[in-house]
Amino acid sequence: MTMNTEGNGTMLDPKVPEGPIQDKWTKRKFDVKLVNPANRRKYDLIVVGTGLAGAGAAAALGELGYNVKAFTYNDSSRRAHSIAAQGGINAAKNYPNDNDSVFRLFYDTVKGGDYRSREANVYRLAEVSNSIIDQTVAQGAPYAREYGGLLDNRSFGGAQVSRTFYARGQTGQQLLLTAYQALARQVGLGNVELFTRTEMLELVTKDGRAVGIVTRDLVTGEITSHSAHAVVLATGGYSNVYFLSTNAMNCNGTAAWRAYRKGAFFANPSFTQIHPTCIPASDEHQSKLTLMSESLRNDGRIWVPKRADDTRAPNEIPEDDRDYYLERQYPAFGNLVPRDVASRAAMRMIEQGRGVGPLKNGVYLDFTDSINRLGRQTIEDRYGNLFEMYERITDEDPYVMPMRIYPAPHYTMGGLWVDYNLETTIPGLFSSGEANFSDHGANRLGASALMQGVADGYFVLPATISGYLANWLNEPPVPTDDEAFTAAEQEVRDRLNRFLSIDGTHSVDYFHRRLGKIMIDECGMSRDRKGLEKALEQISALRAEFWKDLKVLGTDESLNQSLERAGRVADFLELAELMVRDALDREESCGGHFRLEHQTEDGEARRDDENYAFVSAWQWTGEDSPPIRHAEPLEFEYVALTQRSYK
Amino acid sequence: MNLTLRVWRQPRRGSEGAFKTYEVKDVSPDASFFEMLDQLNERLNDQGEEPVAFDSDCREGICGTCGVMINGSPHGPQSGTATCQLHMRKFNDGDTITVEPWRALAFPVLKDLIVDRSPFDEIIQAGGYISANIGAAQDANATLVPKPAAESSMDAAACIGCAACVAACPNSAANLFTAAKIAHLGLLPQGQPERYLRTVAMVETMESYFGSCTNFGECETACPKSISIDVIAWMNRDYVAAQWKNLRKQGQQA
Ligand SMILES: Cc1cc2nc3c(=O)[nH]c(=O)nc-3n(C[C@H](O)[C@H](O)[C@H](O)COP(=O)(O)OP(=O)(O)OC[C@H]3O[C@@H](n4cnc5c(N)ncnc54)[C@H](O)[C@@H]3O)c2cc1C
Ligand code: FES
Repeated sequence: MTMNTEGNGTMLDPKVPEGPIQDKWTKRKFDVKLVNPANRRKYDLIVVGTGLAGAGAAAALGELGYNVKAFTYNDSSRRAHSIAAQGGINAAKNYPNDNDSVFRLFYDTVKGGDYRSREANVYRLAEVSNSIIDQTVAQGAPYAREYGGLLDNRSFGGAQVSRTFYARGQTGQQLLLTAYQALARQVGLGNVELFTRTEMLELVTKDGRAVGIVTRDLVTGEITSHSAHAVVLATGGYSNVYFLSTNAMNCNGTAAWRAYRKGAFFANPSFTQIHPTCIPASDEHQSKLTLMSESLRNDGRIWVPKRADDTRAPNEIPEDDRDYYLERQYPAFGNLVPRDVASRAAMRMIEQGRGVGPLKNGVYLDFTDSINRLGRQTIEDRYGNLFEMYERITDEDPYVMPMRIYPAPHYTMGGLWVDYNLETTIPGLFSSGEANFSDHGANRLGASALMQGVADGYFVLPATISGYLANWLNEPPVPTDDEAFTAAEQEVRDRLNRFLSIDGTHSVDYFHRRLGKIMIDECGMSRDRKGLEKALEQISALRAEFWKDLKVLGTDESLNQSLERAGRVADFLELAELMVRDALDREESCGGHFRLEHQTEDGEARRDDENYAFVSAWQWTGEDSPPIRHAEPLEFEYVALTQRSYK
Repeated sequence: MNLTLRVWRQPRRGSEGAFKTYEVKDVSPDASFFEMLDQLNERLNDQGEEPVAFDSDCREGICGTCGVMINGSPHGPQSGTATCQLHMRKFNDGDTITVEPWRALAFPVLKDLIVDRSPFDEIIQAGGYISANIGAAQDANATLVPKPAAESSMDAAACIGCAACVAACPNSAANLFTAAKIAHLGLLPQGQPERYLRTVAMVETMESYFGSCTNFGECETACPKSISIDVIAWMNRDYVAAQWKNLRKQGQQA
């Protein structure tokens, strides 16, 4: 394989254990240095983020006996964005007896990721998936059951088996609540100290390793340093760089971005997932997009009129005039093709003028056949809350009118580069959940983000972190009056003051919306060199304008939501540029990264395994110098590299 | 649509607050209530007045971050709907809408429409969990859970912790919230070992912050997840049972 590294880029070592893939995780758990139970209380750990990945890690580390401080900007750890996940969580239990196995879940995830993920990590994820179900059931997650009392499963996009566990359309809620409650228990027992409405604004490093963070109390504005032996970032994804996305309003990339600026490499920033089934935007004041769970594709059929400009109501369009384009183009998977494939297919329909709805910006997702086959009650049991949510937003009843859906930014596969131990390139800085880049390659399969969040938080990180900690036995954490901390605090204060003193004419949202537009147009579902180069210029111009013309009122000594957003958008304005650079650099199409220049004759993504079978990991080099791209080569020993086909 | 808003403005915790009136013009009926407030805030910012602070995150009715009193009703006029899911088509052109924060002694106002709901977390920390250490679980299908039990448990577990129940209650009681968690866990086989201890611990923490329930039932009406007041009866029964159950005999108390 010829590796395309650029500039001073080097090859990264992911520290994967030797040996057959099914033994690697056992081997790592055996060869990692341990910290004995009596010594654990000598260690202070910081976990930023209390979603599934963070609350899980904080609870697990607390249970093990470490002193943990956990942070969230939300007013309670139960509010993290994980709560919004709807459809379900995968595991290789094979309860339905339909040929599933750890190997098949592994295989599907590597293939679904379009061969841009690290085999060893994905295998481990599949391996621990079963423990996740066991654990969360024991903690009281009320998963759907069969009449006999056994757990029920359903199928999800990108898989031909039923391996998805679910709790109505609120799986994320029920999983996060189990993690939240496990964390609450540790807080109650005094093992974890929880800081809510507290935002991490800087990572503190000393002698090249992570030693703590600087936070702002979002109610009082107080800036505080926290010191620890190790720091975990479980701060979620950055889809809100697009302004309109399915993410919660406050999701942001600041924690990861601050770490990047302190030396943590950022991997595959351009790998973002545009989810095919969201409610289309209705007007320019729209603040976010709402996901309609992918599970709906199990029972809904996607179609558009055959003729462009067909203005008839959907129920008046006869079968012959409808194009069930996924079933037509991908007979083997039909409506259950992976997300990237489904999204691009919808985009093409709309480009052909066959979009539906007042703005012609949607495709139909039709339940008529399923309702006729299964009865309305069954559909209501499966998706009742989603149908209700749809009706509330659109004022249309999906039991009688097909839903209108359209792709929307949803998930970021890119994130902080981590090795097999979930450690970033800064020693002592770990990352779990959506914040890291690890398991989904260039496209994530449905119901596997929850799986990764819980796996990282409950099972992986607590097992690997001791390997680092053991080196620091009996060393106290760096005191917070050390220069490393005071300097970081000063930077944070200066930055906040700068936002407040620009005194320009436009709100934070004004700039954020404009950034989102650039990103969705040029670095969204499809990309090309010309557009990306244009985007680089536009982003840089917008950033300059932001720093000149931003208007943030109020002070930094009280609750100030505009000030909070200003910091997040300032970081998005930098992250966006890195995403575009990465998209430019990767001269191939893979998964969610679709370069128009690289497609097959029938419009599918064309990978270049010869030159691009690697993870891009970017290193910050300063405000005015371009980042360096390093590479982690990917080798596929167990899943043969093939052109993905869902036909 | 054009609307008149009367909005509670309060600079910080413990400071004086007052209603302030604003006109909002050209609101789309398809906009959500918060998108309408976003529009107002954008204008206020442009005019040099600090935007109205309000909490929201998922804007899908699931995270429980949001919640304001709209014309005296928690989460506004539409039943089973969190504020973030309320759309302007539920109002009429020319309406005057009064917007204020949750009012309860246990929830001090932090700014404008934002309150501190941390006592809810303390109730959970007191016992709203199953003590199952990570790594120690048996196979998930080893314990059968009858479908109806799983369904009723899920009904209660749907609580989003928004605190509309407290805001609605004339006594500012938190019984619906507390009971929903007690029922969620107590209805499942996994929740049995700690059932009575959990109930006592949670109820006592609840009582240290909140008023007493006198069965007005306003909470059920206000709940965006329509959680049934039946869970309160369940909690009360378990609480009474816990008083006479010999906990020591069950090996649940030191
Ligand atoms: C609408 C929707 C539906 C989904 N459905 C599914 C599904 O059915 N199945 C599936 O597997 N996946 C699903 N996903 C994806 C999945 O929910 C997420 O990828 C996953 O929950 C992320 O978990 P996390 O713990 O990594 O991050 P999050 O849950 O986003 O948590 C991030 C945490 O970090 C905190 N934080 C961030 N930055 C800071 C900072 N600077 N300072 C302090 N705290 C900070 C936040 O407060 C929060 O606590 C869905 C996603 C969406 C948007
Ligand atoms: S913002 Fe999440 S419930 Fe309203």
